[in-house]
Amino acid sequence: MKYENLPWLILFLPLLSVAVITLFTLRSKTVSSLISIGAVVTGFVMTLLFINANGFQFSGETSTNWLSIGGLQIDFGLKLDALSMMMLLVVTGVGGAIHIYSFGYMHEDRSMARFFAFMSLFTFSMLGIVLANNFVMMFIFWELVGVSSYLLIGFWFEKPSAGDAAKKAFITNRLGDFGFLFGILMVWGLLGSLSFSTLQSTLAANPALLGTSATLAGLLIFCGAMGKSAQFPLHVWLPDAMEGPTPVSALIHAATMVAAGVYMLCRTLFLFNADSLHVISYLGGFTALLAALMAVQQNDIKRIIAYSTLSQLGYMVMTVGLNGPTPAMFHLTTHAFFKALLFLAAGSVIIGMHHEQDIWQMGNLRKKMPITFLTFTIGTLALCGVPPFSGFYSKDAILAQALAQKSYLLFGVGVFVAALTTFYTFRLFFVVFFGKEKSKAAALAHESPLVMTLPLIMLAVFSFAGGFIGITNNYGSQFAADHEMLSVAQQLTEPFHNIFPMLCGLGAVAVGLILAYSLYNNAATDPLPAKLGGLATAMKNKFYFDELYEATFIRFHDFLAAVADWIDRWILGGAIIGAIRGGTDLSGRALRLAQTGNLQTYTILFVLGVVLLLYFVLGK
Amino acid sequence: MLFSLGLLGVIMRRNLLVIYMSLELMLNAANLALVSFSRFNNKLDGQVLVFFIITVAAAEVAVGLALIVALYRKRQSAHVEDLTSMKL
Repeated sequence: MKYENLPWLILFLPLLSVAVITLFTLRSKTVSSLISIGAVVTGFVMTLLFINANGFQFSGETSTNWLSIGGLQIDFGLKLDALSMMMLLVVTGVGGAIHIYSFGYMHEDRSMARFFAFMSLFTFSMLGIVLANNFVMMFIFWELVGVSSYLLIGFWFEKPSAGDAAKKAFITNRLGDFGFLFGILMVWGLLGSLSFSTLQSTLAANPALLGTSATLAGLLIFCGAMGKSAQFPLHVWLPDAMEGPTPVSALIHAATMVAAGVYMLCRTLFLFNADSLHVISYLGGFTALLAALMAVQQNDIKRIIAYSTLSQLGYMVMTVGLNGPTPAMFHLTTHAFFKALLFLAAGSVIIGMHHEQDIWQMGNLRKKMPITFLTFTIGTLALCGVPPFSGFYSKDAILAQALAQKSYLLFGVGVFVAALTTFYTFRLFFVVFFGKEKSKAAALAHESPLVMTLPLIMLAVFSFAGGFIGITNNYGSQFAADHEMLSVAQQLTEPFHNIFPMLCGLGAVAVGLILAYSLYNNAATDPLPAKLGGLATAMKNKFYFDELYEATFIRFHDFLAAVADWIDRWILGGAIIGAIRGGTDLSGRALRLAQTGNLQTYTILFVLGVVLLLYFVLGK
Repeated sequence: MLFSLGLLGVIMRRNLLVIYMSLELMLNAANLALVSFSRFNNKLDGQVLVFFIITVAAAEVAVGLALIVALYRKRQSAHVEDLTSMKL
């Protein structure tokens, strides 16, 4: 392995940039942002260098001992293989594009330097997750991602809704992390190691070592992914997290944070047995369906994309559960491209519309914002899975995987969700870019500056070509030893080997597209609520999950808090502390009466004392 | 008997001087007891000790009286009821 030190540099450069920005350059917007952008872009270049030197077909680790307590040995190490290299490329590449874009997007903001410090911190944490070679290190960076996402979502903390969304994201993630931590402890207790490679070889030598608790351990670890990748029932934080600036949405909700859960599942796939994978796949499928339904009736441009992220994450988790890490990671990568693209294009629309996010206030933007329109179109086509865009290949791989595992229900869900995805994405597309201008702001919209459109174009290229530039080759070599390398032409025609899922996928896209076109082309208002009635209302209100959680968990939590408060106030504060304090006070008052100050009283008491003493000494 | 009279005086009387005199009475009762016991036992130790006690007592009386005088000057009173400043 050449250039062994490069990954360390890649990991710590963003941290260095955080330190420099917060300590020295907080005053200067431009310098801070350039430092932050420089750190990520340098990381990207170094990743390319490293891959260029080593290729993808290798597996290595570099670590230093960090903690050693009794039998517990924790390394601070990096795991370098095809999986982490690909993720490194995604995080630094897509992240770099987003950083550059933020330079334009956040230009007006007063605290731009702070923003870039947080962005760098986030990148650092995410790189840590990607490179971690053991559970403890992964968990630490996992939490760091939680913290930095909290900071970024709540970046505009003057807005109460942003603060609430940040808290919601953080606390919901904590719930998942709680399970994750238990899972880690369980794995350590049962297998006596936390390093991924040791665990893998231990389990490979003796698969029955986890015994009856294998399912439980797997599900507990999945809890972590459930929080980070926003799977049902912990999916509620993701749409609200749209309160953050748009580049944050793109970074957190497209390329990195939500991908962490799926990545972690793929990294630790050897731990999961058939039962837990079964649960994971069905939860993923359910999330995909639920989120797609919710997306149909949202009116905020960012929220629609957020729900589609949820839905696509459901796809990925489902695929991991179907024992298909390669298609899952493939979709994760292409999704990172086109979803970051969609978010950034939406951000460009929002800037062009002067911070208007309601799609029913837009319309006919294709003339005003040609580059944004073009790139958004590419993103939309990729998301829907129109050939030959990248989404087509990854979605097809997922559907084929579902079919290969004979999971016909999940296959059906996948096809249906594909149709829904096309429907709501093109709904957004038609309403925003076609038809008439629905407000004055739409008529006055303007194209964004080059610093914002350039990343869009870069991402658009990858969204277009991501399906056949060898992504599956690299992931495949990680997860299957006998994976054959495909040339570009072979990758282009890969879906034709299995014609049935491809036709189903394409049919779903066609149905969704036709429906969306007939309903939303030139529509001034949403015609759907009239046709669907109550269902549309339920979709619009996200199937009342927030209200349900409010009524059950939050109420219950408030009740617990009230009980704890009562115990603290009355039992601890009142009875125990009160009794001790009151008792001391009372005895003090009683004893004070003896202190008369009269000499003769003292004398009498003294004499009585002497008499008593004499009685005891001499009296017997 | 003499000791008990002294004790009674200390407890009952109000005037500091009288209390002081009663205290002396108690001291001398002890002296008397020492002398009589040493006579009874045909040993001279007690009587010798009494001489010393009387000497020390003379000095002690001087100190005590000086204190009482100082107190009187300060408080314009030599009654125990007026000297309760230690009471809370």
